[in-house]
Amino acid sequence: MYAFLLRRLLMMIPVAIGVSVLAFLFQELSPGDALDAMIPPDVAVADADLEYWRSRLGLDQPAPIRYLHWMGRVLQGDLGYSLTSHQSVGRMILNRLGPTALLMAFALLLSTVLGIATGVVSAVRQYSWLDYLLTVSAFFWLSVPGFFMGMLLIYIFAVWLAWVPPFGYSSPGAANVWLDRLHHLLLPGISLGLELTAALTRYVRSSLLEVLGADYIRTARAKGLSDVVSVLKHGLPNALIPVISVIGLRLPALFGGSVVIETVFQWPGMGNMLVNAARSRDYPVVMGVTLFVSVMVVISTLLTDIAYAVADPRIRYH
Amino acid sequence: MQTADTCTTDNSPATPGTEKRPGRAGFWARLMRHRLAAAGLVFVILMVAATVLGPILSPYDPNEMNFLHISQPPSRQFPLGTDELGRDLATRLLYGGRISLAVGVGAVAISTSLGLALGALSGFLGGRVDAIIMRVAEIFLSVPTLLAMIAIAPLVGPSPTNIVLALGIFGWPGVARVTRGQVLQVRSELFVEAATAVGGSRLRIIARHVLPNIAAPVIVAATLQVATAILTESSLSFLGLGVQPPTPTWGNMLHAAQSITVVVQRPWQWLAPGAAIALTVLSINFIGDGLRDALDPRWQKRS
Repeated sequence: MYAFLLRRLLMMIPVAIGVSVLAFLFQELSPGDALDAMIPPDVAVADADLEYWRSRLGLDQPAPIRYLHWMGRVLQGDLGYSLTSHQSVGRMILNRLGPTALLMAFALLLSTVLGIATGVVSAVRQYSWLDYLLTVSAFFWLSVPGFFMGMLLIYIFAVWLAWVPPFGYSSPGAANVWLDRLHHLLLPGISLGLELTAALTRYVRSSLLEVLGADYIRTARAKGLSDVVSVLKHGLPNALIPVISVIGLRLPALFGGSVVIETVFQWPGMGNMLVNAARSRDYPVVMGVTLFVSVMVVISTLLTDIAYAVADPRIRYH
Repeated sequence: MQTADTCTTDNSPATPGTEKRPGRAGFWARLMRHRLAAAGLVFVILMVAATVLGPILSPYDPNEMNFLHISQPPSRQFPLGTDELGRDLATRLLYGGRISLAVGVGAVAISTSLGLALGALSGFLGGRVDAIIMRVAEIFLSVPTLLAMIAIAPLVGPSPTNIVLALGIFGWPGVARVTRGQVLQVRSELFVEAATAVGGSRLRIIARHVLPNIAAPVIVAATLQVATAILTESSLSFLGLGVQPPTPTWGNMLHAAQSITVVVQRPWQWLAPGAAIALTVLSINFIGDGLRDALDPRWQKRS
């Protein structure tokens, strides 16, 4: 297991470096440099002064050197400064991390539970009308764009039925803060989670069907176990192992989806900040968020790989 | 073709050779038997025809503003209503569909060519080349496509051409992985070994034996990617970072309808373009699923 962990960690290093090079290239392509970001646009600065500060800050160095400098700062958590608010990008991300983490965790939890449940039902009742309905609706959830789903849910549940607030993070003066938060979380969480739910429904279904044909399930039934026990206790755990990697593969899409959903529901997270920054061409913030999210994806891919290896010992020896 | 196909269906224990290459007639029959795929195909054909015939079907100019008819609900004169500048929404939907569909197909043409080439290279050469290409694929997969597009769009300018290029460049790892996996599998098959043994050149083996056998999964992956590309472009345009108005796309028609007042009071302004995206993507996904079954009978009932 330790050998596997070590190998996997070593494989992560070139990917992490590659992602940072990609982010650095984006930054290189963007107009202006770190110095321009520090000077308010309405202040006139002499060219000689600019020249002086460029060389002081090392901005006149060749690109590879600048990459190393930049990387050194990034590793210390310094992602530069916003062009509009002049705040530290690292701090801005930290301030927005909570709502995004809450939204994603809710969507992930919801879709995992729902996806596994519907997948099991679909597989156990293969070719029934219920299976057909779940399969077709899974296709539907995979095809409806997140923002359209969000607008539909707002129209139906917030405007028409008025069960939940249409957007925002909290209502001022709510009696129970957590209940109020949950109310605000429901629609964006569902809109974000539906796609992953659908992917899981389809995957759990096919994975469980494959497992149910295995010899050990026949053995379990032959020795007198009920259908429920043989499916849930012997079949499901084995069927769920490949599902771990499906969740891992879908995580980047979940990050992308949260950007759209946060914009629709005016959720005060990272995605919302990213879109606003992109609209005002605030490149340091855009690059900072992109790099941060990519590193999160690399780390969560590593975690899913480890989870897979824990669940399925065969993987470790590949 | 016809005889080869009846041969496989009549003799149930078919010889492995004939089973591998389904005849064209059998392919269409199988695709049409997948009812959802058939429905999807009909819908996509109708949609393409409608967007191509847009100027004939609609008497309006998609960008002509008419301040006498601002934000009107659907009526006989404007079947889908008008937007906040008095433009006919049905016309904009037809013209917008052209761009949305073209962006999807164009992006996948690029990403599939790139993915096919790099994946094949990776699978054939193996070793260091394989390791490098697969690591680079992993790097591209670590940056969520939508975020990459948000980062690139302001840099290169959000014209449809640039969006197609960017989507194509970021879409290759998926196809590359499928291609590589297939090449690795086919390369170790007996018929490739046999072809090498009788002295077939490398190029001939690739063209005659390997490519036809990896085509099916690549076609399926490419079809499903068209759906993803259309979704990504529409998300980007919805956020106001994609194709810029007044050029209509399905995504930026929804961008204009983002405010809560529009969502609540003028649902016709966002329902139609949203439904157009959803139904088109759904149809393409159905076609992809049907192709998966039709191109390779061995895969049937697996998903």
